[in-house]
Amino acid sequence: MKAIVNVYLKEGVLDPQGKAVHHALGALGFDNVENVRVGKQIILHLESDSVQSAREEVEKMCETLLANTVIEDYSIEIVQ
Amino acid sequence: MMIVVPRFPGTNCEFDTVYAFEKLGQDVRIVWHEEEILPSNTDLVVVPGGFSYGDYLRSGAIARFSPIMKAIKAYADNGGYVLGICNGFQILLESHLLPGAMKRNENLHFVSKHQYLRVENNDNRFLRNCQVKELLNIPIAHAEGNYFIEEKGLEDLYANGQVLLTYCDKEGNPDNPNGSIDNIAGICNKNRNVFGLMPHPERAMESILGSEDGIKMLEGFIS
Repeated sequence: MKAIVNVYLKEGVLDPQGKAVHHALGALGFDNVENVRVGKQIILHLESDSVQSAREEVEKMCETLLANTVIEDYSIEIVQ
Repeated sequence: MMIVVPRFPGTNCEFDTVYAFEKLGQDVRIVWHEEEILPSNTDLVVVPGGFSYGDYLRSGAIARFSPIMKAIKAYADNGGYVLGICNGFQILLESHLLPGAMKRNENLHFVSKHQYLRVENNDNRFLRNCQVKELLNIPIAHAEGNYFIEEKGLEDLYANGQVLLTYCDKEGNPDNPNGSIDNIAGICNKNRNVFGLMPHPERAMESILGSEDGIKMLEGFIS
């Protein structure tokens, strides 16, 4: 099973990288961009009996290590 | 006093830290991160700066799970004194020994320079030799020093006198090198036995190297 985890700064937490990328896009003429958030993607291959148990396990991983929930949110997608 | 300095893969300020405390006449021992216990006569743990685990994932995120951190957490929970400098501060944040988190510097640059700090609170072991509003000239060197804490947490920091140091210019006016909330450079926990700061007092021990303001800071720990 494959788990795709996206980690990004919470809404309301200023994202310095997103801001810099937004600025750079504007300088290149892409002036219709309203907002940019930069995050990271973590891809895990794991063995699990069900999508449900995989999701639960990856959620635990996110809470303990993969995301810092003080400033970051995460989303999990399980692909079989 | 016996001062213990844990070393992780990627730590690089351990020898400066040893030098600083030896200059103050103390016994210092470097302990490898795989150790599970601290020496029984430990009086202070100083988590040094560097790039533990290459700053992978987030600064301090992986070091937090090293065996020695379990011992340091127990030591701190028991009232033992712990100081985290730069990456050490980041590790203490990731360990939840201190509240809040670090983000990339606002301008995304690695900032390395001397920076003035203003003492905001001296009612603690660390800064007891300094005066409130006193200015200290201490080097900073980091890319992730943009301290963040949510509103309620920030209120608590102020209510409990946990904001210890803020960034300023040499006149004492706010001067923020990294985007840190309220210009915060250093904090402590509610019990005032765990301290963290981004600047490097251990690099400010010799006037010939630009500043010796670190001496009176670190001397606070010496009984």
